[in-house]
Amino acid sequence: MHIKSLAGVTLASLLTCTTALAAGISDDKVVIGMPSDFSGIYADLTGKGSAIAAQMAIDEFGGKVLGKPIELLTGDHHLKADVAVGITREWLDRKGLDAVVDIAASSAALAVTKLMTERGKITINNAAGTTRLTGKDCSALSFHWAYDTFALANGVAKAMTLEGNDTWFFITADYAFGYSMEADAKQVIEANGGKVIGSVRHPLSGSDFSSYLLQAQASGAKVIGAANAGSDLRNTIKQAKEFGITSSGQKLTGMIFFIDDARAIGVKEAAGLSVLVGYYWNRNDESRAFAKRFEEKANKKPNTIHAGVYSATLHYLRAIESAGTDDGQAVAEHMRKLKIDDFFAINGFIREDGRMVHDMFLVKIKPANEAESDWDVFEVVRTLPGNEAYRPLSESECALVKN
Amino acid sequence: MLPRTYFLAFLVLLALLPHVLYPVFLMQLLCMALFACAFNLLLGYTGLLSFGHAAFLGGSAFIAGQAAKVWELPIELSILAGTLTGTLLGVGFGLIAIRKQGIYFAMITLALAQMVFFYALKAPFTGGEDGLQSIPRSNLFGIIDLTHEVTMYYFILALFLAGFLIIFRIIHSPFGQILKSIRENEDRAISLGYRVDRYKLAAFIISAALSGLAGSMKAMVSQVVSLSDVHWSMSGTVVLMTLIGGTGTLFGPIVGAAIIVSMEHYLGEYLGSWVTIIMGVIFVICVLTFRQGVVGELEQRLIKRKLPFQSQDSTS
Repeated sequence: MHIKSLAGVTLASLLTCTTALAAGISDDKVVIGMPSDFSGIYADLTGKGSAIAAQMAIDEFGGKVLGKPIELLTGDHHLKADVAVGITREWLDRKGLDAVVDIAASSAALAVTKLMTERGKITINNAAGTTRLTGKDCSALSFHWAYDTFALANGVAKAMTLEGNDTWFFITADYAFGYSMEADAKQVIEANGGKVIGSVRHPLSGSDFSSYLLQAQASGAKVIGAANAGSDLRNTIKQAKEFGITSSGQKLTGMIFFIDDARAIGVKEAAGLSVLVGYYWNRNDESRAFAKRFEEKANKKPNTIHAGVYSATLHYLRAIESAGTDDGQAVAEHMRKLKIDDFFAINGFIREDGRMVHDMFLVKIKPANEAESDWDVFEVVRTLPGNEAYRPLSESECALVKN
Repeated sequence: MLPRTYFLAFLVLLALLPHVLYPVFLMQLLCMALFACAFNLLLGYTGLLSFGHAAFLGGSAFIAGQAAKVWELPIELSILAGTLTGTLLGVGFGLIAIRKQGIYFAMITLALAQMVFFYALKAPFTGGEDGLQSIPRSNLFGIIDLTHEVTMYYFILALFLAGFLIIFRIIHSPFGQILKSIRENEDRAISLGYRVDRYKLAAFIISAALSGLAGSMKAMVSQVVSLSDVHWSMSGTVVLMTLIGGTGTLFGPIVGAAIIVSMEHYLGEYLGSWVTIIMGVIFVICVLTFRQGVVGELEQRLIKRKLPFQSQDSTS
């Protein structure tokens, strides 16, 4: 497997080397694509908000880089990998696509990243969580920006296990993200003296979680970990409440939990949950300033994904400026070299495996009576330094990492 | 007989299209068109409404993808493996379902197809929700490079035409005549001494095999196979394509597939999930006003114009 992916990477770099000589901007424009979820269960976590964030980064550049216009394309992939690949391939063939950002759903992200790498183009994954993107499926041309399942597990599962919640049961979304989330969480839980006593998988975009919840209840685990996201997670938590699971002493926690989720479930219901985020709008002046600008356009506060898309797009454009070309290979090199300098990527840098390592924040959801406004949801408990949050390179499965 | 001029015009059109429209879109269209034609052989010419054809399309797509990716077979053998899967599934489904008629037949095929769906959902090799990704396209016969989309288009076009001509040949053979007689009056066909069940089974298997071919082609074209290919809504889509185009007409399913696939492709960009609603409206209009579908209706108008006296006779 390693040899094969190495061969793929070298082939891709050979292909791009031939074009790298012709510096400058291909097709006289820079085209950034965003195949994402605009109508499904992740639409409010990514979707329109992500498109607005990317456009904000483009506007920061005045809509032009190296004197050539920047174009943003968006497409709804309905959470399907085949649709995502279809959209991206058409952009590549017909619209001169140079880079892809965001990509909701890990399954789609993996498929799109492979296609982009084959064509020698840049991918910056952001909303997708699976650690495979910087592990087994890493490439020299792809990056992973906002968070990943290892960091989330390392934040949430570790904090809870150390509090004495040492038996876990997982309700897992049946696709790449869910598997990755569960596996990473299991590793962290066991390393901290806990035990996973069972798990059950549900199809993506589920609506009825009762049978999974009852299995989780019957397992007698102290914590039920929901390794799903978006409205799947919201439905799991709401239905657990209806079954009286949470009031009977079992704890339920979402492994990936955004500010939008807290508001959708109701801050009252969610109060006390520990969550790991890459960005919280009300943390300091810089983050508040971005949130204000974002809110003017989107009518809501940005979450980690939105802020991540902004940061990633900005860094990509800066790398084009410094490389003097939009050629994938050259831009990727400059993205790694260039210092990442914005409100999102605190102490951020890009590792060999494409992981953008930055500080994460362990937050708790405030009790409703302490909140100053509707969006004043989190209280930052502690900062998790990037090197502590993300999977160490020594454990990496990525072929680019020399162990 | 197939009007030769129409067919030639159709061929020239298909050969020129990739220079005007996006080849990948056209290839997907051809795969769906062959799928609809195979389905039409059953619905339009034998009178059997199967609601499980997604199993043949998706099942064979998964096997063809697996063959190309994991077993590393060349593309022609992968497609063969996929087609064979469709055929075998067809034998299995056919033997069970063919004993019943009408709604029971449809329900049994649906139930069997759901079994295939859940198997695909749970089996490790299909990748579950992730699907089977990055299916390689090897060189055809070891020499022709298929990574170029227009070359791939002509390869897919050749396969499509092969499938289409097989269907054409079947329809116009004595075997096809018997199928049509079964559609018109099954009891009478039995009383004439035909072993109707065997004819129906044969038609079912041929339809499944061609659907399998379409699925294998689709796997090679999009290089991704996902659960939506085996999902029951795919069985619904093929019914929709066939009905809108015109059941029991040779070109109907192709026109139907072209309408539905282009709508998904071109309107989907602007309207998102509204496309499904618009398709529903079109379907309702089709059923209410032109039941024979686009091609069926056109054919009838042409016949009326040619034979004004006859049609007057039949109405009076």
